[in-house]
Amino acid sequence: MRGRANITQLWTRVILVVCSVVFGLGLVWTALALPQEATGLARVVKPRMPESGVTNPVTAVLLNFRGYDTLLEIGVLLLAIIAVWSLRLAPTRTALERFMAETPVLAYLVRLLVPVMLLVAGYLTWIGSSRAGGAFQGGAVVAGAGVLLLLAAMVPLPRRRRLLRSLLVMGFGLFLAVAGGMLLLGNNLLEYPPERAYILILAIETLLTVSIGLTLALLFLGVIPEVAAIQQRREDNV
Amino acid sequence: MSQFSLYAVISMLIFSIGLYGFIAHAHLVRKILAVNIMGSAIFLLLISAARRDPTAPPDPVPHAMVLTGIVVSVSFTAFALALTRRIYAETGQAYLPETEPAISAQKQDIVQK
Repeated sequence: MRGRANITQLWTRVILVVCSVVFGLGLVWTALALPQEATGLARVVKPRMPESGVTNPVTAVLLNFRGYDTLLEIGVLLLAIIAVWSLRLAPTRTALERFMAETPVLAYLVRLLVPVMLLVAGYLTWIGSSRAGGAFQGGAVVAGAGVLLLLAAMVPLPRRRRLLRSLLVMGFGLFLAVAGGMLLLGNNLLEYPPERAYILILAIETLLTVSIGLTLALLFLGVIPEVAAIQQRREDNV
Repeated sequence: MSQFSLYAVISMLIFSIGLYGFIAHAHLVRKILAVNIMGSAIFLLLISAARRDPTAPPDPVPHAMVLTGIVVSVSFTAFALALTRRIYAETGQAYLPETEPAISAQKQDIVQK
């Protein structure tokens, strides 16, 4: 039964397939009914680009024009790691860790790749203000490097709670502080003064890259790092 | 048929496949995969909708929405997988109680212990 759909009755499945097909065709019809003439927001964004502080329109939308979406989204990411940690999963050792003891190739590859990945992440974040890139792309690469390190067990799991937690909250914290700080200056929430916008966006993006990368890598781990570290030490002593 | 229509039709078909998978499969990891497929279909639709007029530069707003969406879907996937692991740790299988397949007497014994 495992590995196959569990609705055994044939007729139930036939009805389901028919329903899915009808629903799919309805969606296709809806998509085709969309006007071919794009009435997109590009023409709204373009004239206001000089106010945004950056030249890449996607970054301008993400961190300036629709900054509220991005702020809440970072909140969702932070919420996800809190929710995952609150489940108190049991630490597991990966199969790769055992494999690591037998081959030097992975360790060599990780040593070679991680510095390059961090460099790429920094570049992506930096270039985000003018071309394709930004905090999320950079953060994803940082996360990739983190996952590699975790899989290869090349770094000891961090045991300093405060430091780790402040790194996780840092991106969201600065973003929220800047957003709220604008209220003190008499602007609206998230309304940056155009002459300061670039430096504010760059600062937010830099911290976001670190926070996003770390959060994603720790989501992959699933376990609270210091709990896993204690467990690991206990196993090693046995 | 314009480029956008092609992408729109394909993405809606992919969405339906994901929806079918979400309902038809009881295994929780398969359900999570199905939701991710549905999400990818929406991203494809949004990205193609950003450039309905091939001569004009693409609309940055749907692009930004997709970036936001990807992060939210990653968060969702991570949390759902962690929940699945917890359910597996509690019950010995990755199914919800209503949909779990008939488990062997031996396994049931283990769970009860």
